[in-house]
Amino acid sequence: MVNAGDMNGSGNLMDFLDEPFPDVGTYEDFHTIDWLREKSRDTDRHRKITSKSKESIWEFIKSLLDAWSGWVVMLLIGLLAGTLAGVIDLAVDWMTDLKEGVCLSAFWYSHEQCCWTSNETTFDDRDKCPQWQKWSELLVSQSEGASAYILNYFLYIMWALCFAFLAVSLVRVFAPYACGSGIPEIKTILSGFIIRGYLGKWTLLIKTVTLVLVVSSGLSLGKEGPLVHVACCCGNFFSSLFSKYSKNEGKRREVSEIFMVSARFQVSYYFPLKTLWRSFFAALVAAFTLRSINPFGNSRLVLFYVEYHTPWRRKTTRLGKYPVLEVIVITAITAIIAYPNPYTRRSTSELISELFNDCGALESSQLCDYINDPNMTRPVDDIPDRPAGPGVYSAMWQLALALVFKIVITIFTFGMKIPSGLFIPSMAVGAMAGRMVGIGVEQLAYHHHDWIIFRNWCRPGADCVTPGLYAMVGAAACLGGVTRMTVSLVVIMFELTGGLEYIVPLMAAAVTSKWVADAFGKEGIYEAHIHLNGYPFLDVKDEFTHRTLATDVMRPRRGEAPLSVLTQDSMTVEDVETLIKETDYNGFPVVVSKDSERLIGFAQRRELILAIKNARQRQDGVVSNSIVYFTEDPPELPPNSPHPLKLRRILNLSPFTVTDHTPMETVVDIFRKLGLRQCLVTRSGRLLGIITKKDVLRHMAQMANQDPESIMFN
Amino acid sequence: SILDVHSWSTGNICLSFCSLRLPGCLPRAPGTLQALCCCCCWAVSCVLQHRPARWVTPSSAWATAEVGCEGTALSPPSHGSCALQSSEDIRCKCICPPYRNISGHIYNKNVSQKDCNCLHVVEPMPVPGNDVEAYCLLCECKYEERSTTTIKVIIIIYLSVVGALLLYMAFLVLVDPLIRKPDPYTQPLHNEEDSEDTRSLAPVPAPAGARANTVLERVEGAQQRWKRQVQEQRKTVFDRHKMLS
Repeated sequence: MVNAGDMNGSGNLMDFLDEPFPDVGTYEDFHTIDWLREKSRDTDRHRKITSKSKESIWEFIKSLLDAWSGWVVMLLIGLLAGTLAGVIDLAVDWMTDLKEGVCLSAFWYSHEQCCWTSNETTFDDRDKCPQWQKWSELLVSQSEGASAYILNYFLYIMWALCFAFLAVSLVRVFAPYACGSGIPEIKTILSGFIIRGYLGKWTLLIKTVTLVLVVSSGLSLGKEGPLVHVACCCGNFFSSLFSKYSKNEGKRREVSEIFMVSARFQVSYYFPLKTLWRSFFAALVAAFTLRSINPFGNSRLVLFYVEYHTPWRRKTTRLGKYPVLEVIVITAITAIIAYPNPYTRRSTSELISELFNDCGALESSQLCDYINDPNMTRPVDDIPDRPAGPGVYSAMWQLALALVFKIVITIFTFGMKIPSGLFIPSMAVGAMAGRMVGIGVEQLAYHHHDWIIFRNWCRPGADCVTPGLYAMVGAAACLGGVTRMTVSLVVIMFELTGGLEYIVPLMAAAVTSKWVADAFGKEGIYEAHIHLNGYPFLDVKDEFTHRTLATDVMRPRRGEAPLSVLTQDSMTVEDVETLIKETDYNGFPVVVSKDSERLIGFAQRRELILAIKNARQRQDGVVSNSIVYFTEDPPELPPNSPHPLKLRRILNLSPFTVTDHTPMETVVDIFRKLGLRQCLVTRSGRLLGIITKKDVLRHMAQMANQDPESIMFN
Repeated sequence: SILDVHSWSTGNICLSFCSLRLPGCLPRAPGTLQALCCCCCWAVSCVLQHRPARWVTPSSAWATAEVGCEGTALSPPSHGSCALQSSEDIRCKCICPPYRNISGHIYNKNVSQKDCNCLHVVEPMPVPGNDVEAYCLLCECKYEERSTTTIKVIIIIYLSVVGALLLYMAFLVLVDPLIRKPDPYTQPLHNEEDSEDTRSLAPVPAPAGARANTVLERVEGAQQRWKRQVQEQRKTVFDRHKMLS
């Protein structure tokens, strides 16, 4: 096994500007890593450190540091991720209100902060204060009337367009990988795929900045999904500072896995149980940091939860070819339709929390405009069912309109070239539907309290139906339908509500929605995206129950060109280079000779290229006619032949092999559980062919009657 | 209120002051009342206009005594001033629902946490004396804190980051193509579907052997590399439509 050798210390500060010298042992972009190799490299490193630790105290301390570096990395990541989340929260608050007005005393205050010290006392005026002025008040000093409304409307649209345009230009110019929520790509990266730059520093910066802009522009998207991407970028950044992680792709993914686990994603097969503890620790640190930054002080804390959505087909419109224009148009439509309806004008998180709230006597929103009994003197929590006032009826039809609008616009928004998440919009949709149903049932119970179901469970004069709970259940159901998460979903909602009493309806809703959604389609939306993009993601949930054998899948098939192999000691450097240039395989098996095709090992393409290049530059006497040999001792050569090139160190002497009669079920299992990239097929020790992960995925797609050509990457 | 003079020696902040020996302060022999010079601090509580304030000058109020701080040799500072605590950061908010024929009200006041209750905050009390208890039972009072400096700092940092990115973007899009002549480095980028391997077998587009030494050239090299990477990403995301959300 090759060890890339230690890098020279920290080096010059300016060294980071130089092109990183491609090490032997790094991977090509858009290829899959070899899990077995990464794992064995890590074990080697660990063993080396442990053995050296017995030599001296300094080595012992270094070994301790190495063991603790995992926790230190988690701590740093938690700190940075929490800080960024706090910054995003604050900035979103401010910029959302900027669309409607500005605070004159200090422009950096949002509406709520500006009116914090106001002395207005009546319920109706609680949002007004002299320091906060809407744009119409500021520009034409009019606050009521048609012209003021139109001016406010116009400026709202202008601000929304300005934010969206700025966001999409930043994404396009600086970091195109910052678009979307990032969850499908991260899932694929975690399964071993390489996407260079996806978790880079520029992506981190641009994603943070543009996330604020797009959420403030009022588009129908959430910020929790992109926040997981941001956290994984932080993870990547810190892990590159520690050699334990920077040189091992597998360990790096462990760090990102932490955040996916914190975000309650599927734990993949390849990571040990200690990631669970590390993830808890990281989430703890992040939560503490966020809390300490949070200036509100009361109880508002954003949780890192991610949500999924219904099996909606991704739109492919003509507008998709002009991404910037697409963003502008959708933002304009969203702003134009959202402004008149008070339920869509405000930010989605506020809407959700209002829908979840039960109406106490202290609420003044329209949803709580019930007809009160004036002689009532009971404490506020025990309000019995009351008939709905006019405010409730108008709220109902506004909510219905908002519901339809949100469903439609979210379909079009998710998929644009800006950071976007799906949690909050889908929760909002579910909450709106749930609240409407809740109010309906409540009124039904009040007006017909002698029906059987109400008679048994609702006493007249008692609190029976709580619409807020219906809204929560609705949100959970919508999420479950989109994501197909059940257990994680219930845990999320339990955290939100803070009580065990609502677990039963939530579980029932989650399970029901999962069944209904599964009847329509088997995949959650992120799995669907992975398939649409052609990533080689071998999901742990996929089952393979067909009776094909390894011979049916291996390459070369009948009629195809024979396998390109390297021989142990009879090819020249020029032959090898020609082979590499003419084909684009990731690696080549090495056999004893062309006659007896007994397998020796497997050599990676990238390492061959680098080794040959190095040899040509560094070693004397290596020319195109030099023999390349993979054995321990050089072969017998006639005199006056050029110096042979030994490439044994890049040879993998233990490639994975199966026989040709191995059932594909077993092969798929092997690929999945071990994270293989390719597997060689032999018969009686002779090499027959090779199966790559792409072949496996294509075969599975073919068996499932999908288009096998949709798997694009290896 | 004045600190209890007996309690100064056990671990309160005055102890750090007491490590100073002041001129004219002589140590006494062991066995006598005090072996060391001691100093005491006074904690002054400022309340101005029913609002919390903090002691401003002199910066600390302490005195020395030779005799163990017992006794009346010490007296609180005779001069000094208090300044109002920033009233912007704390408040007590009481929400009182409609009661009989009184409509709902919200009361805000800048009081400290121990004064955050209905009696201190609700002024003027809308109900007569015997109803006050019933009315106050309905009211819900919450103490809230915020940090205005945090908000200010974060928003201003964010705006400056966005401004810097905007300027750099304007520079890259408008100014850069004009001042740079087309480089031989940027030509190979136009081959779309070339495999990355042939490019790596070909000579790397950097001056072989002659490492750019000056900082400016290194920065330029790094910038060129970064632009190439972004262009690759853009091709993947925008043109090939492969990597969407």
